[in-house]
Amino acid sequence: MNTLDWIILLGTMLGIAAYGVWRTRNVDSLNTYLKGNQSTGWATIGISVMATQASAITFLSIPGQGFESGVGFVQNYFGLPLALIIVCAVFLPIYRRLGVYTAYEFLGRRFDAKTRLLSAVLFLVQRGLATGVTIYAPAIILSAVLGWRLDLTIICTGLLVIIYTVTGGSAAVNLTQRWQMAIIFGGMVTAFIVLLTKLPDGLGFSGAAHVAGAMGKLQAVDFSLNPDRRYTFWTGMLGGTFLMLSYFGTDQSQVQRYIGGAALREGRLGLMFNALLKIPMQFSILLLGALVFVFYQFEQPPVFFNQVEWHRHEQGANGAKFTALDAQFGAAFAEQKSAIKTWLTARTTHDATTETAARDAMLAAQKQVQELRSAAKAALLADDPRAKTKDSDYVFITFILDYLPHGAIGLLLAVMIAAALGSKAGELNALATTTTIDLWRHFRPLAAHDEARNVRVAKWFTAFWGFFAIGFALYASFAENLIEAINILGSIFYGVVLGIFLVAFFLKRVGGTAVFWAAVAAQLLVFILFFSLKISYLWYNLIGCAACAILSWILQWIMGSQSQLPKSPENA
Amino acid sequence: MNPTPPDPSPHDESPDVPGFRSWRGVYLFVFGCFVVVVILLALFSRYFA
Repeated sequence: MNTLDWIILLGTMLGIAAYGVWRTRNVDSLNTYLKGNQSTGWATIGISVMATQASAITFLSIPGQGFESGVGFVQNYFGLPLALIIVCAVFLPIYRRLGVYTAYEFLGRRFDAKTRLLSAVLFLVQRGLATGVTIYAPAIILSAVLGWRLDLTIICTGLLVIIYTVTGGSAAVNLTQRWQMAIIFGGMVTAFIVLLTKLPDGLGFSGAAHVAGAMGKLQAVDFSLNPDRRYTFWTGMLGGTFLMLSYFGTDQSQVQRYIGGAALREGRLGLMFNALLKIPMQFSILLLGALVFVFYQFEQPPVFFNQVEWHRHEQGANGAKFTALDAQFGAAFAEQKSAIKTWLTARTTHDATTETAARDAMLAAQKQVQELRSAAKAALLADDPRAKTKDSDYVFITFILDYLPHGAIGLLLAVMIAAALGSKAGELNALATTTTIDLWRHFRPLAAHDEARNVRVAKWFTAFWGFFAIGFALYASFAENLIEAINILGSIFYGVVLGIFLVAFFLKRVGGTAVFWAAVAAQLLVFILFFSLKISYLWYNLIGCAACAILSWILQWIMGSQSQLPKSPENA
Repeated sequence: MNPTPPDPSPHDESPDVPGFRSWRGVYLFVFGCFVVVVILLALFSRYFA
């Protein structure tokens, strides 16, 4: 990185944060602080929803995913349009009509206080820990590649987001996310254009796509029913709809983004904006990764993309083994490059036999390169069982630093940091809102009418969660497997929370006591199964949700109809 | 314990989007676009395979 990169990186990040603070410095209304400006339009809401979901790891990992496994990962998002339509048609109108600040406040009105507290606490535990990871995951990669100090990277980015989120609350989050997304789109388009110019002469986009396709990287849709396939149309439609519904419909970090705004129409159009754009956007990022893969068929990549880790082993006691692997990889790469060029020439002959033979030779050479990359990872593990062998997250950042011109490097790093700040701001805002509205105001009901005090308390809770996230991210650096633990933790709680919401919307005869005890029992069931079964933790989303819904219905049936109970004024 | 809130009215408000008279039309359009995107992605996969 040179001075120009630093100017662009610091200029954009500090500029956006300062703009957010300055524009929202006079926010003193609780409604504006927690829901954003009343005049917020659909475009701002849509961008804010997108920015909250897209964390820095999205822009580091997804191109790496495209490089490693191709564009098939896009199928994971196939459930998103249907889920957002359900949220627009069912969830959002009710949130708006009741004028709630949080999704859990709705549960309090639909059921009772204990169900609201239970779901709010489940959200705070899960999201509170995950927010530390939001800032830690990109920091560990950026600090490793750029040589920055990990603790300083975490503290500086964490403090920046705390300053503007505390000052302006949801209004500042919406405002800054709009500019952060502009930086993200600008940076990704720049990377795409620069990458196309770096491809070999005469190859172009079409030639590169044919190379990627022939090497198995452009299988975007797979209708296979084979359960061993990880990404298929069916898993995307079934599992994806379920997961996206729980994320967009019940997670306060998303709910808070769309319940504000001038009217119901703005929230709905903001969500439909995401339903239309999200799949093309994710596909473009994956395609970028697949094109980086093609680029690295003509320019020799490192055998292992986490070069810091590789050099550490190369300079160790068994360094000769790693140097030998480097040499073998260089020879295999040269053979593969030659085979690809032969295949590209054979394609122009329009002779099927010649082309097939050249294609087979190219795929054989590709297999040899892949085997050497696997051997390199095995050697790392043999040398140090704790070595981190997943290097796909380092692919895109390595390409940026090695091949992009100065200025563009600063812009692409700004993309990563902007994404980290945008998603973390949304999470802090949601955590503070839930803590203020669902916990603090519940235990201090008399303070509910003191608006200035409520805003002050919300600001303190925003700062608290911000420092909690920084502390957790600093601690996570000493215990890396915590990241997976957080993902598991999320899956354990997410299903039950979604179950409570689905009961609220669709099982109309079920009341608060039944759903509360069903949720407690479902959560216990998930815990028991988690400690006794060895299945993918993603299944606990489905198990928790189904158990909560079925147990609620059974309990209500045993307890008798809820319809005999009095109606509250707002629901009458 | 409170009873169920009423269902969202299907005639709650106009989408105020040119070419659409109801939200149902907007949802159908979005879902139709999704179907088109999936078809285009499938054709893309087949063409470059």
